[in-house]
Amino acid sequence: MQFIFKTNYDQDINLVQHRGQVWSYGLLLALLGVAPLLLGTYLQSQLVFVFIYAIVGVSLMILTGFTGQGSLGHAAFLAIGAYTTAYLQSKGVPFAGAGLVQLDLNLPWLGASKLWLPHLGYFVWAGVLTGIIGAIVGFPALRLHGIYLLIATISFAFIVEEILARWESVTNGNEGLRVRSLQAWGIEIPTNHVSFYYLCLAVLAVTILATLNLMRSPTGRAFIAIRDSETAAKSMGIDIAAYKVKSFAISAAITGLAGSLYAHKLSFISPEMFTLLLSIEFVMVIIIGGAIGLHGAVLGAAFIVMVDPLLTWVKDDVPQLVAGLASMLGAGARQAQALEQALGNIGSAAGLKGAIYGVIIMLFILFEPMGLYGRWLKIKLFFQLFPLYKRASFKRQKTYVKTERNR
Amino acid sequence: MSFFKVEGISLQFGGLTAVDNVSFEIKRGEIFTIIGPNGAGKTSIFNLISRLYDPSQGHVYFADRDITALPAHSIAKMGIARTFQNIELFENATLLANLLVGRHCHSATRLWQELMFLPGVRAAERAHRAKVEEVIDLLDLEAYRDKIIAGLPYGVRKVAELARALCSEPKLILLDEPSSGLNVEETDDMSFWIRDINHELGITVLMVEHDMSLVNRVSDRVLALNYGRVVATGTPAEIQSHPEVVAAYLGA
Repeated sequence: MQFIFKTNYDQDINLVQHRGQVWSYGLLLALLGVAPLLLGTYLQSQLVFVFIYAIVGVSLMILTGFTGQGSLGHAAFLAIGAYTTAYLQSKGVPFAGAGLVQLDLNLPWLGASKLWLPHLGYFVWAGVLTGIIGAIVGFPALRLHGIYLLIATISFAFIVEEILARWESVTNGNEGLRVRSLQAWGIEIPTNHVSFYYLCLAVLAVTILATLNLMRSPTGRAFIAIRDSETAAKSMGIDIAAYKVKSFAISAAITGLAGSLYAHKLSFISPEMFTLLLSIEFVMVIIIGGAIGLHGAVLGAAFIVMVDPLLTWVKDDVPQLVAGLASMLGAGARQAQALEQALGNIGSAAGLKGAIYGVIIMLFILFEPMGLYGRWLKIKLFFQLFPLYKRASFKRQKTYVKTERNR
Repeated sequence: MSFFKVEGISLQFGGLTAVDNVSFEIKRGEIFTIIGPNGAGKTSIFNLISRLYDPSQGHVYFADRDITALPAHSIAKMGIARTFQNIELFENATLLANLLVGRHCHSATRLWQELMFLPGVRAAERAHRAKVEEVIDLLDLEAYRDKIIAGLPYGVRKVAELARALCSEPKLILLDEPSSGLNVEETDDMSFWIRDINHELGITVLMVEHDMSLVNRVSDRVLALNYGRVVATGTPAEIQSHPEVVAAYLGA
């Protein structure tokens, strides 16, 4: 077991606590750096999805994990980022780079619906606009707690989904929008090119770094204070309203940035891609990863992205596999075929994804509430303390729910 | 010029009058104790002062300023800190993080600076930490610095709450039953600390307390409360022999 001898305050302030971390995170970064050279295009594209989901996971970790405010509306924030990207791109705005663009929002009730918009590229606007909308959504959060807040965020997501379908002059309605490949300062980055992979990795790394900085500053501690006791936070001089709105805005802005990358990755967006199920996927990212630290967001993202290939495997390969096994064990050709048919039906049943998600969430909450990151910590402690590890170290105590007095 | 003054304050929950026209004044540097049977309205007065409740009537003045209409979060900045009867620490954070939250009212860094963790933020963090270490040193909390609050014993948590309040460098500290749930030895420690805070740091103390031996040991003046009304105010000895106070406690 390693004991860190602390001789000055900076050791607690620094992000890197000891030399081992430089090596392990450096190695991880190096591996991710060379991964596209070693992996095929399919795995590279899956990794891009992991990065994008991890960015959303980090944003949700700020809001839910650290500030304690639940949200089932992050698909809507992602959508706002994605649509900002697609719309501004169609008006000739680049990914990055300053300029001025004239937009026609086609909102007659607003009076002048044509407006000049200064910009630094649509990536920045995707973050800023989503952040502003996130702050507006944050206001009802001042009065809502727990499940009521979740309901409010779900309604927000439905409203956004509806607007995307109806505001045809901007969003092209249910037909969706095409997103061309990314352009900045005259350089074009095709989505399946390795440089897009590095862009997503860089955005994730910067997001994580900024979040870590935030969490070691007064604002981050205020978030945690609000999560654990609003009463005490108030008496310590924390303006609950301001910090909740800040948390919503930061979380939404990061999700907006992820939305911009997501739009490029999919190269086509339409309202039905940003449904409640996607919001649930994002919440799953932090539940499965473990809502106790940023590691959880990344681990959870990797897990969720793997569910899709798993589903494809269940649908395409498992029926044949089982049928083959059955006939090997002596089942008749007709029986084997019936079995294959039945399993194929189950595999391609609508709603299978949702059902599997439900089962995964339940299993994690029941058996590993601290998620994959919690499991990792347990494994690490086992080796650190070997052979003295006690199962009771992480045993859950029965704690009684605090009453909601003086909120 | 008065240091701290409560003037004719009342609090009603529907038809129930929890605090009824209570007035008192605390001098700078004093240890002032509020006693009273359960449900007398002691904690309600604390919640009124720290603005968690809105009074139905009356005013609270601190350093000649009416603080009755201020939002709860601006009270700490004015120099009033408090502890809670049922411990309201941030359970899933380390003791150090809890104490640093106590420094919140002194933090002036902006969000964009924090996102980049500019040198200014680091310097501010160092200064906060140095102040927190002084309090840790005063209250003997060194051993628990990096421990998560949820795993700490009750006695330590009680001290941790006092420490968090001290970290905000208050002029007036409100202690809500500092000795409840503590054993004799811990209560002794607490009484020493309360006196240290008062004498050495020069912080005025307003506390609610049931343990009369502790009250007698540390208080300069005592206010007895019953059914939300002031029964008597005076030195501990005067209060203990006051017939109405005895009646309130013994039901005679």
